[in-house]
Amino acid sequence: MNPPVIPIVDDGDSRRRKRAHSKGRQVDPQALAEVRSLLPAGELRRDLLVEYLHQINDRYRQLAAPHLAALAQLMKLAQAEVFEVASFYHHFDVVREDDAGQVAPAPALTVRVCDGIACEVAGAKALLERLPALLGRGVRVIAAPCVGRCEAAPVAVVHQHPVRRADAGAVARTVAAGCTTHEPEAYIGLGEYVAGGGYRLVRDCIEGRRDAEGVIRVLEDAALRGLGGAGFPAGRKWRIVRAEPAPRLLAVNIDEGEPGTFKDRWYLERDPHRFIEGMLIAAWAVGIDAAYIYLRDEYHACRTLLERELDALRAAPPVAALPEIELRRGAGAYVCGEESAMIESIEGKRGMPRLRPPYVAQVGLFGRPTLEHNFETLWWVRELVERGAAWFAGQGRHGREGLRSFSVSGRVRQPGVKLAPAGITLRELVDEYCGGMLEGHRLYAYLPGGASGGILPAALADIPLDFDTLQPYGCFIGSAAIVVLSQHDRAIDAARNLIRFFEHESCGQCTPCRVGTAKASRLIATDRWNEPLLAELSQVMRDASICGLGQAAPNPVDCVMKYFPEELQ
Amino acid sequence: MNAVTRAERARLQAHRVPFTLDGREVEARAGESIIEVARREGVPIPHLCWTPGLDAAGNCRACMVEIEGERVLAPACCRKPAPGMVVKTDTDRARHSQRLVIELLQSDLPEDAYTRDNEVDDWARELAVGKPRFEARAQPAADRSHPAIAVHLDACIQCTRCLRACRDEQNNDVIGLAFRGAATQIVFDIADPMGQSTCVACGECVQACPTGALADASGAALLVPEKAVDSVCPYCGVGCQLTYHVKDDRIAYVTGRSGPANEARLCVKGRYGFDYARHPQRLTVPLIRRDGVPKSAAMVTDAAQARSYFREARWEEALARAGGSLRALRDRHGAKALAGFGSAKGSNEEAYLFQKLVRLGFGSNNVDHCTRLCHASSVAALLEGIGSGAVSNPVIDVTRAEVVIVIGANPTVNHPVAATWIKNAVRAGTKLILIDPRGSDLARHAHRFLQFAPDTDVALLNALMHVIVEEGLTDPRFIAERTSGFDALRENLRGYAPEAMAPITGIPAETMREVARLYAKSRASMILWGMGISQHVHGTDNARCLIALSLMTGQIGRPGTGLHPLRGQNNVQGASDSGLIPMMYPDYQRVTDPAARSRFAAAWGVAEHRLDPHAGLTVVEVMNAILAGQVRGMYVLGENPAMSDPDANHAREALAALDTLVVQDIFLTETACLADVILPASAFPEKSGSFTNTDRLVQIGRRALALPGRARQDLWCITELARWFDLDWSAYGATPTDCDAAAAAVFEEMRGVMPSIAGIGWQRLQREGAVTYPCSGDGDPGQRVVFTDHFPTPDCRGRFVPADIIPADERPDAEYPLVLITGRQLEHWHTGSMTRRAGVLDAIEPEAVAMLHPLDLEALGIRPGEALHIASRRGEVTLYARADEATPRGAVFVAFCWYEAAANKLTNPALDPVAKIPEFKYCAVRVSKAAGAEGAPASSV
Repeated sequence: MNPPVIPIVDDGDSRRRKRAHSKGRQVDPQALAEVRSLLPAGELRRDLLVEYLHQINDRYRQLAAPHLAALAQLMKLAQAEVFEVASFYHHFDVVREDDAGQVAPAPALTVRVCDGIACEVAGAKALLERLPALLGRGVRVIAAPCVGRCEAAPVAVVHQHPVRRADAGAVARTVAAGCTTHEPEAYIGLGEYVAGGGYRLVRDCIEGRRDAEGVIRVLEDAALRGLGGAGFPAGRKWRIVRAEPAPRLLAVNIDEGEPGTFKDRWYLERDPHRFIEGMLIAAWAVGIDAAYIYLRDEYHACRTLLERELDALRAAPPVAALPEIELRRGAGAYVCGEESAMIESIEGKRGMPRLRPPYVAQVGLFGRPTLEHNFETLWWVRELVERGAAWFAGQGRHGREGLRSFSVSGRVRQPGVKLAPAGITLRELVDEYCGGMLEGHRLYAYLPGGASGGILPAALADIPLDFDTLQPYGCFIGSAAIVVLSQHDRAIDAARNLIRFFEHESCGQCTPCRVGTAKASRLIATDRWNEPLLAELSQVMRDASICGLGQAAPNPVDCVMKYFPEELQ
Repeated sequence: MNAVTRAERARLQAHRVPFTLDGREVEARAGESIIEVARREGVPIPHLCWTPGLDAAGNCRACMVEIEGERVLAPACCRKPAPGMVVKTDTDRARHSQRLVIELLQSDLPEDAYTRDNEVDDWARELAVGKPRFEARAQPAADRSHPAIAVHLDACIQCTRCLRACRDEQNNDVIGLAFRGAATQIVFDIADPMGQSTCVACGECVQACPTGALADASGAALLVPEKAVDSVCPYCGVGCQLTYHVKDDRIAYVTGRSGPANEARLCVKGRYGFDYARHPQRLTVPLIRRDGVPKSAAMVTDAAQARSYFREARWEEALARAGGSLRALRDRHGAKALAGFGSAKGSNEEAYLFQKLVRLGFGSNNVDHCTRLCHASSVAALLEGIGSGAVSNPVIDVTRAEVVIVIGANPTVNHPVAATWIKNAVRAGTKLILIDPRGSDLARHAHRFLQFAPDTDVALLNALMHVIVEEGLTDPRFIAERTSGFDALRENLRGYAPEAMAPITGIPAETMREVARLYAKSRASMILWGMGISQHVHGTDNARCLIALSLMTGQIGRPGTGLHPLRGQNNVQGASDSGLIPMMYPDYQRVTDPAARSRFAAAWGVAEHRLDPHAGLTVVEVMNAILAGQVRGMYVLGENPAMSDPDANHAREALAALDTLVVQDIFLTETACLADVILPASAFPEKSGSFTNTDRLVQIGRRALALPGRARQDLWCITELARWFDLDWSAYGATPTDCDAAAAAVFEEMRGVMPSIAGIGWQRLQREGAVTYPCSGDGDPGQRVVFTDHFPTPDCRGRFVPADIIPADERPDAEYPLVLITGRQLEHWHTGSMTRRAGVLDAIEPEAVAMLHPLDLEALGIRPGEALHIASRRGEVTLYARADEATPRGAVFVAFCWYEAAANKLTNPALDPVAKIPEFKYCAVRVSKAAGAEGAPASSV
C-alpha cells in the first residue's frame, strides 16, 4: 500500500486556521520555569495573584505575556483571568509580543514624577518635561498620580526611591547614584514601643482586665469616626461586625491614595506599633480570625518597616493567640482605597468596587463579615482608651469635637501633618499650624478634602473644617487633605488636574464614571465650558455611579462653576 | 420520584415582599430584584447589562430608580426590594440618569450597525434620547481573525454580558475585562486576536451581546429572517434546544433556546454547524452506479471524485433497483442474506420504521447502528447490573452533586454544553474527579486529575472499591436491601489493594484512597463516563466496575446521585430505544423472548413465525459475514461504516463485496462510494421528528427548510422500499416532501408498543417540546431520576458483577511502539460528513491532525505542523502533527473524522466478548516523519 498523500488545499482564506498546537497561546517552557522559580512551593493561592504578579514584575521589571500565560497555567487560572488583573494595576507593566513575536525589553529604570495637585502647583509639569532629555534613553520618565508625599512637593520617584522637593538635578543625581530603593527612617521599634508601655492595653484586654463593651463604649463616647474619609462611627462598626456570625475578618486600609493625603504614612513611618496594637484590640473586641493589611505600593519603605515589625511581633508576641496577620501590597490603583474594591484586590482580583447591599460588614472579604478600617482610625484606639473619651471629645473648636490629622500641602510655609482641633477653619489652620502662606502668596482657594472634596474659595476660609460641616457648600472633608492654592493658581487648572486624575483612576466598571470622567475631561479642556451639559453629567455621576469615586468626581467641576465663575468668563 | 431540593423548598416557602412600585402595591417573590418584579408587572425599566439568565452585574446603570429615603439612585437589576420600600422608576431624577447613561453610551457607538437589535439604540428611541451631545471616544480597530465571530469593539459598551456568558455560563474563561477606566476593554486571553485565542466559538458571547460588538462573522445579525423555527441540535446527545432563523430557504443563524438540557446554551457545532444542508456536494438526485464501474475498497475517495462512479436516475428507477435487488437477494439466499444499518442521527420514527422494515421485510434481526460502536458495552453492563441501559440522572444533576467523577470522557469536546454544567457545579463547590489517560480542558477545574495509564481502568476502579470495602465506607443497608452478589465482588476485590495497583495504573495509592473516600462519603456522587470506558475489549468490565462502585456506596437513585453514560449521537438513546439493535425490539424487549415476539407480532399484525427468534448480527459481525458470503445485500441509512468501523480497510472490502448496497444519505459518503444505489435523503433541518437525548428526554425537531432538488424525506424512502417487501405502509401518510403527519402516526404506534413512552403523546410533545421518559400517562411529568426505590430487574435488585484485569488486545511492542487513541474533535462530528461541509467548522479545523505530546514529537524528530505517518498492522495514514500536552507520553490521538486520513484504517477490530464493541481506544502503531508530504498536491487515495 502506498502511503497516501494528504491533499493540502490553500484556498487563500486567511481565516482558515492550520494549527500546529492546541488552541490559543502555548505556554513557553522557559517562561514556565522562570515563573515557577519565583513562586512559593506547594499549592498556589488564588487570592495571592497580585502578590505573584509583583514577584514577576519586580524581577523582570515588566509582566511579559509569556510569563502571564505561565502563571495562569501554574495557578490553574484562565489566561484572561490573570491578564485582566495584571492590566488593571498601573504598577504592572504588561507587555505583549510585537508582530515579530518578540517581547520588548523592560526599561532599565523608571522615574515616576508625581502629577498630583500639590506637586503640580509645585512645578511637576516642568520637571516632567525636562527629565527625559536629561536622563537619557535608558530611563523611562512617566507621570504618576499622587504618591502621598505632598508635604515635599514636587516629588519624583526613582524606581522606589522618592526624591523630595525634586528638581531635575536632584533626580539626575539620584539616578546616577543608583539609589533606587527606600529604607525606613528612624521609628519607634517594638522594643522601644513596649518600653514605653506599649501592648499593655491589648494584654489587659485579652487577659480579661478590660471588656470589649467598655472599649467600644470609649470609641462611641469619643465619637471616633472612620478617618479614611467616610466618617462612619467606629464604635458602631465594631458592634455591627461583632454581631455577625464568625469567622469574621479584619481588613486595614492603608491604600492612602486620595491626592493630598499622607497622614497614614506619616504616622506609620514614626510609630507603627501604635497602629498594630489598635488593630489587635479591634480584633479582640470584634472576634476576628485574621487581619489583612492593605498597603499602597508607593509606600515602599513602609512595607519594609511593616514586614520587619510584624516579623518581630510574631517572634515575640505580646499576647497569646495573635490573630493571623497578612500584609498585602497594592499595585497602583486609587480606587482600591474604596473599601469593597480593596477587598476585591486582597482577593487577588481587579479592584472594582462591589455593589451594596450587601455591606462588607455582612459579606466582605472572602464572603465573610469584615471589619474594615482606615489605618488612622485604629491608630487612635490605644490613646483614646488610655486617655479617655472625654479627653478626645474635649479637643474641638467652633462647636466641633475631637482631633483631626490634617495633611496640609500647597502654598503654605510649613506643610505636613497637623494634628489640630476638629472644626478649625482653614485660615486658623494655615496661620496657627502652617506658619502662614508662602512668601508672595495670598490665599485664593483650597481643597478641603483632597481631590474628591471639592474646591472652596478664600471667601469661605472661615468655616469649620470637620465631618458634616462642608456639605452645605457642596464639599466634604474626607481624609482631611488640605491643599492650599494662591493667586498664582487657578481653580480651573486644579479642576482639570483632578478630573484627569479621576479619569485615570476610574476602575471602568460603571458607565457614569467610566464614560462620565472621560467626557467631563474633554468638556473642561475647552476654554468655554458647556455648563448645562456639565451640570447634567455631574448629576448622573452623583446619582448613578457605583462608588464614591464616580459620585465625588464632579465636585471640582461643580465647584469651579459655583465659586469661580469669573475664571470661566 | 423527583425530590424537591432544600433550596427549591426554601424558595417556595419564602415570604413575598410587599413594596410600592410607581405608586402601586406589588409583591416580590423571594430572590427577585426590582427589575424582575417590574418586568412581571409590565413596568419598563431601561437595562443593558442585565439580561435574564446571567447574574446581575449592575454596571451599565441604565436601570437606576429612586428609592425613598436613599441618598443616591439604586440599580433595579441588583437591588432586592425590602418590605415597604417605595420605588419610583419614572421620576425626573431617575429618568435623567436613565437617559444620560444611554446618551453617554450612544455617543461612543459607531455609525455602522453590526446588528438589527442594538439595545442601546432601542432604549434611546424608547426614552426619546436625542442625538448624543458628547464627543465620541477614539475607536479601537476591528478584529476579524475568527471564522465564526466578528469583533467590533467600537460598538462595545463594557456591559460584560459576553464575559459573564463566557465565564459564568459556559465557563470557557476566554473573555476578560482588562485595563482600566475609559481604556477598559473586552479581551480574549492575553488580549490576543480572537482567532488566535483559546476561544471555542460556542457563540454564547454573540448571543449575549446587546450591541453587535460581538456578532456572527457572516453578518447574519443584519439579515431579516423570514421565519424562526424551534428545533433541537442535530449533533451530540446533550440535546440542546435551538431556533433556526431562516431566510431564502437557508438557515441564516441559530440561537439557543431554553430547553431542559441546555437552558439556551449551545456549542460551536450547534450554533455554527448548520450550513452543511446547503453544501454544493449535497445529494439532490438519486444515483445509480454506472455499469462497469467496479467496487473496491481502494475506490473510497472524496465525494467530488466519487461522483463520476454514478449516473443520475429517476426515483422510480432508483427505488426499483434498490428494492428489487434487495428483494431478489432475500428470495434467492434467504432472510439472513440481508442486513440494515440505521442511524443514531435519524429520528425515533425513522429508527423504528427502519427496524420494522428489516424485521418484517428483510425477515431477520440483522439490524444495528453505531450504538454498537460507542456504548454497547455500557448498555450491556447496565442491563445486566441494573436492568436498564439508560442514565439514572440527567447531566444537569451534576449541579446537585457534591462529588462528580468524569471518567473516560472529554465532555468539553464531545458534550460541550454538558461540560458547562459540570464546570458550573465546580464553581459552586462540587468536587470534580477527572480520571482519564488524556488531559482535557476539564483538568483545570478538577479537584483531582488521575491521568492513569491507558487500558488500566479495571485495576484503578477495583482499587477504589477495595479502599471502600477495606475502610468500611460501603452503604451496608443499600447493599442489603437493594443489591445481590456483593460477597463475590468483595472476595474478588481482595487482590486489588491500591498499593498493588499503583504501579499498574501509574496513580499513587494515596490518591486512589483519597478519591475513593471522597466518592463514597459524599452526600451525592455522580459518575459520568464516555467512550474511554466503553471502547475496549474490557469495556463491559469497565462499566461493571462503575456500576458496582455506585451500588456498594448507595450512590444511585437520588437527585445528584447516579450513573450517566454520556450518549454520543443526538438520537443514539432514541434509536436504541426504538429497536435498532439486533437482539432487541423497541424498549429493549429481547427478540429471543417468545412473549416479546408475540407482542410485536400482534402489534404489527403478522403471524408470530414471521419474526426471527434469533438475535441478528452486530455491526462488525455483519462485515465479517459479508466477507464470508453470508450477507449479500445491505440497506444503510445515514451510517458511514466505511469510516466509523474499526479496521476500515477491512470494512470497505466487505462493503465492496456486497451484491447490492443501498445507501440513503445526504452526501456521497465514503460508504456511498461503494453503493449500487444512492437515495438522496433529508437533512436534519428538512424534516420533523422526535429525538431522545442522553437524559432520556424526548424532544421535537421541526422542519425549517425545504428539500433541495429531488431529495426526499427519509421516512418516505423507508415506506417506499417497504413496498418491495409486500408491506403496505401507505397508512402512515408519508409523502415525498412532507412526513410531518407520518412521523406523528409512527410515533403514536411506537407508544403502543413501548411502555416507557406510553405517556408521551405526539400532541403533548408538540406542546411541551420535551418530555422525559419513563412516562406512563398524560399527567405524568416523566422521571428525571430513576431507580429511586428499585431496579427494573427481575428481583428488583441491582447486581454486582466482579471484573478482573484483561489486557488490551494489541499491546505496543518494538515494531509498533505507540498507543493509538481515537475519538473526536470539538468542531467535527463523527465521520465528518456534515461538519467538514459546514463552513465555519471546516475553517476552524480544516485539516487532518494527529496529537502527540510535544516531547514525543521532539523524540521522533517531527516539528509541530509537519506531516507525519502513522502505521498499524492494518493500515496507514498521513496527517499533520499537532503538539498537545494533554496527550499522554507514548500515545497518539487521532479523530476519526478525516476522510483523507481515516483513523479507523489503523484501529483494531478486536471485540468486547459481551457487547461486541471494538477496541477503538487502544491499538499499537508506529509514527514516523512523512517524507515529502508537506505541500504536495492533492492526489487520489
